[in-house]
Amino acid sequence: MIVPALFFYLFAGVCIASAFMVIAAKNPVHSVLFLILAFVNASGLFLLLGAEFLAMMLVVVYVGAVAVLFLFVVMMLDVDFAELRSGFLQYLPVGALVGAVFLAEILLVVGGWVIGANVPRAIAAPTPSPVDISNTEAIGLVLYTRYLYYFQAAGLVLLVAMIGAIVLTLRHRENVKRQNIGEQVARTPEMSIEVRQIKSGQGLS
Amino acid sequence: MLEFFWSYVWPVIIMVAQSLMLLVILLVAIAYVLYADRKIWAAVQIRRGPNVVGPWGLFQSFADLIKFVLKEPVIPAGANKGVFLLAPLVATVLALAGWAVIPVNAGWVIADINVGILYIFAISSLGVYGIIMGGWASNSKYPFLSALRSAAQMVSYEVSIGFVIITVLLCVGSLNLTDIVDAQNGRFGLLNWYWLPLFPMFVIFFISALAETNRPPFDLVEAESELVAGFMVEYGSAPYMMFMLGEYVAIATMCAMGTILFLGGWLPPVPVAPFTWVPGIIWFTLKCLFLFFGFAMVKAVVPRYRYDQLMRLGWKVFLPISLAMVAIVAGVLQYGGLAPK
Repeated sequence: MIVPALFFYLFAGVCIASAFMVIAAKNPVHSVLFLILAFVNASGLFLLLGAEFLAMMLVVVYVGAVAVLFLFVVMMLDVDFAELRSGFLQYLPVGALVGAVFLAEILLVVGGWVIGANVPRAIAAPTPSPVDISNTEAIGLVLYTRYLYYFQAAGLVLLVAMIGAIVLTLRHRENVKRQNIGEQVARTPEMSIEVRQIKSGQGLS
Repeated sequence: MLEFFWSYVWPVIIMVAQSLMLLVILLVAIAYVLYADRKIWAAVQIRRGPNVVGPWGLFQSFADLIKFVLKEPVIPAGANKGVFLLAPLVATVLALAGWAVIPVNAGWVIADINVGILYIFAISSLGVYGIIMGGWASNSKYPFLSALRSAAQMVSYEVSIGFVIITVLLCVGSLNLTDIVDAQNGRFGLLNWYWLPLFPMFVIFFISALAETNRPPFDLVEAESELVAGFMVEYGSAPYMMFMLGEYVAIATMCAMGTILFLGGWLPPVPVAPFTWVPGIIWFTLKCLFLFFGFAMVKAVVPRYRYDQLMRLGWKVFLPISLAMVAIVAGVLQYGGLAPK
């Protein structure tokens, strides 16, 4: 049992340290890189829990796609560091309030685990034994079979958000030459070339 | 104490030994893959290619290695030093990490994990960080433009590779790489492999793999005529070599992935006597080399894409086709009674 414990403290320690560096780093690009490190360590924690599918999905979706776009945007911003620091005291109360609410909620969740003896059993009960079913299959059953309509509704919300973003940024400009690949491919020599006999001494009229 | 040794230390020793063996073989293979790449390219252009170091130039890659390692690494004054040096390491280490789960023969795999294919997909999707970090940390115009291009390019083509993987997984019913190969085992040999029933996906996978590894015709990231050498402009000596190594290991990983998903891994092409005597690892290597030959020929014969054409191909051609194929394959499997289990 000692090896998983060692890995737990490694992943958890690096995760917390890099999460702290996300807010402490001076350079925003470094912040994003530390955020990525935190994601990777969180996926290591998932692996230790035996949730290998979630661990891989965390890396594929968050590290491989979301954080890349994040980094993409932050790299292109021209951030003024002095200006970034100036509002620190002004925003401190709001940040502290959000942090306090979050801390209270976590304490309530973890506290419920300790106080109510039935809670752990209630949480553990619907989970099938890992021997019978791989966790990829278990998640698939829950997500695509039992809660299919909720899943579809969530997908619809995302679709609407995506279309909204496209509608907001789409502009049709006039007088712009566009490449129409289908038209180009469909062109034949007959459509584009004309062969003419020219008598010597005469030009084309 | 003895129990501690046998239950904890011994497995670690075995795993380290296996990993070292795989790494050494892989790196030597990469040296010759690089040589093969240059030779094939030269042959298409009716040149000789590397032919000076050793017989037929066979030691060219090792000469290059020594040259890179002995030169002085130069770090530009305006560069972000930590990230600048971290980037080539990230590129190489992530590329090599993918090989931990690749089965080269029945049972010959370092980590036979349940979600093997997802692991490779995740690791290869992280490869973009080496390029972005290198491009940004160089603090120079061309590398930065190259980093932006690569971020967009690799994220776009990952989507279609993801859908290709999903169609194969629908047919297999497991995410384990060994299971994927076993599912292609059958009486008809190479006709049982997934390249035949899923041929459109095989083509999409091959082209997306070219884009994902920044190979020509999709090497917009390091297009000489536009960006000099892209994200590698400010790099020299050993860091540059690490980038090159990472790139070629990523190509080898993509070839291995194509072999496992579509060409039946270590299975012999014809399941009768003389072919089944050949060890599986030889078939695996031959199939990987076949795919790599495809990579090298494409590099030699296809002109480079324009950037907007690249984006159009990824989002407007591959994405709809692969999405439709996922739906079609799922429908056929479900209503044709072919679904696994």
